[in-house]
Amino acid sequence: MSTPPELFRLLDVEKAYDVGRKGGLFASGPRRRLAALDGVRLSLKAGESVAIVGESGSGKTTLLRVLLGLTSPTDGRALYREKDITLLQGDDRDRFCREVAMIYQDARGSLNPRMSILDLVAEPLDHHGLCKPSERRDRVAALLSRVGLPPEMMERYTSALSGGQVRRVAIARALASAPAVLVADEAVSGLDVSTQAQLLKLLRDLQREMGVSMLFITHDLGVAAYLCERIAVMYLGRIVETGLTKDVLSAPAHPYTRALLNAAPKFFEPIAEPLGGEIPSPIDLPPGCRFAGRCPEARDDCRARDPELVAGAPNRAFACLHPLIGEPAFA
Amino acid sequence: MADVALSSPPRAAHSRGAMAWAYVRGHVWFVIAAVVVGAYVFAAAFAPFVAPFAPTEQDMMSFMAPPAWGAHLLGTDSFGQDLLSRTIYGARYALLIGLGAVAIGAGGGLVIGLAAGLIGGRVEWALMRLVDSLLALPSLIMAIAFISILGQGVDKVVLAVGVALIGPFSRTVRGDVLQVKAQPFVEAARLMGVGTLAIVWRHIIPNVIFPLAVQATIRVSYAILVSSGLSFIGIGVTPPTPDWGLMIAEGRSFVSFAPWIAGVPGAALAVLLIALSVVGDGVREQFDPKLRKEG
Repeated sequence: MSTPPELFRLLDVEKAYDVGRKGGLFASGPRRRLAALDGVRLSLKAGESVAIVGESGSGKTTLLRVLLGLTSPTDGRALYREKDITLLQGDDRDRFCREVAMIYQDARGSLNPRMSILDLVAEPLDHHGLCKPSERRDRVAALLSRVGLPPEMMERYTSALSGGQVRRVAIARALASAPAVLVADEAVSGLDVSTQAQLLKLLRDLQREMGVSMLFITHDLGVAAYLCERIAVMYLGRIVETGLTKDVLSAPAHPYTRALLNAAPKFFEPIAEPLGGEIPSPIDLPPGCRFAGRCPEARDDCRARDPELVAGAPNRAFACLHPLIGEPAFA
Repeated sequence: MADVALSSPPRAAHSRGAMAWAYVRGHVWFVIAAVVVGAYVFAAAFAPFVAPFAPTEQDMMSFMAPPAWGAHLLGTDSFGQDLLSRTIYGARYALLIGLGAVAIGAGGGLVIGLAAGLIGGRVEWALMRLVDSLLALPSLIMAIAFISILGQGVDKVVLAVGVALIGPFSRTVRGDVLQVKAQPFVEAARLMGVGTLAIVWRHIIPNVIFPLAVQATIRVSYAILVSSGLSFIGIGVTPPTPDWGLMIAEGRSFVSFAPWIAGVPGAALAVLLIALSVVGDGVREQFDPKLRKEG
């Protein structure tokens, strides 16, 4: 069977929500739309890992829900192995469910508190019929040891485990169906630095040993740099810059990427020019570049013309009229 | 690695007996209440062997005898019936009615609450308005209304009190279903491709059945109280059934000179209700990890 190299492909995906008329209940103005995703183009090849970074409200979570088929795009197409994710049926759907595994930010909430660790980790095995009942315990023990948990833990419930242990259980469960893609939403945030480091190392080992692709949603550029060779920076429902992580983070082209880099505290250095204000409301956006209002480099044309995401260098694309590197995309 | 260390605190006592003793010391009132409830259940189950007399046997030689060491330890009533024996038999009716009514209320509440919470929309609206109308009247008034339709008798009392309890049970089940439905683990199961029925069976019902069980233990005492109230006002269980509410009603006229006639069944009722409440709280503490005490 020939499989296309791309697992996920998003083609100009738009997800807009109707938010009613301006002025509330008795208003008569035009209906307003909130574009949580506005023309997102993204692909994930087998074995590749991509980080999606951006502030809260940039559309990361909506992107995730589209990728998982939990919500359908209002425009554009979201494809898994060249098939529309929300239209998957029968064997294709089973395959999608088996091959795409999710690691939740709220790992504890993603695990049923009334099920033992054994049943939780075995649920994907049982559901997809991946092992004989006699092998069940051994398979779960192997998965637990793969994520660094002792097999005695099988009989326990998540309420008895620490935050780090719960994340490991969530990872073991995600690995149970031998997925092609791990989708992780802030999978290591809110933990002790030591626990976070252990989990990051575990995820990188899994990546290398199992060749599993990873789509890692995070707001931590350090995590993105450690785990993912490619990065996509999102702002207000758009990808504003994408490329190899090391290129993008060492020489950002988009002022927003540079602002994110500068906002991360470094040892013994003051935080350089923090980005002013907050991400604006995605309702009724002004014309022009959506970052212009907060951009230190904004010029007059930025407020008039909306830049598209175009290739500006090999393996590199950004949506900026006056990028910080190389030749401007538009003269 | 440090992460793997188990979180349970080191135990001072290792033998089974010592652990049991440590549990008793940590939950004195729960254990006492559980023993009391156990004694009532035992007395009710083995009433013919525990009670010195038959519940309706009349002693023509002693009417309204006060409690005294002798044949009638807790005295007799105005018909010469032994109060201790009647109170022991009365525990049968109290527990039977309490458990039966709660079973009906919890069962009906589970079905209505699940249907409302899972289906949503118009079905939910209609079911919850029905529940609102059940809740609009106090349970006692509602039970009186049902009795007047169904007629008197133990089975009718169970049914009437049980139906009156469906309202509050439905409410809590629906609330729990809505809360559990929004949990990430339900979405995670859906992503795994688990079907709706399996999600309901494996993920939603187990998470609503425990709070329901806890509520049920607490409501048993309420059901007993309502049924005694029905008997007390004379529309529940019919005489000469040894029902506590009925016995209290009979003793009411003599309360100034023979207070034991109403006092013995009254005390039996009060002690059982308090014990059941304490047991209910203890059960809630055990099943709700958030309330569980350390150690």
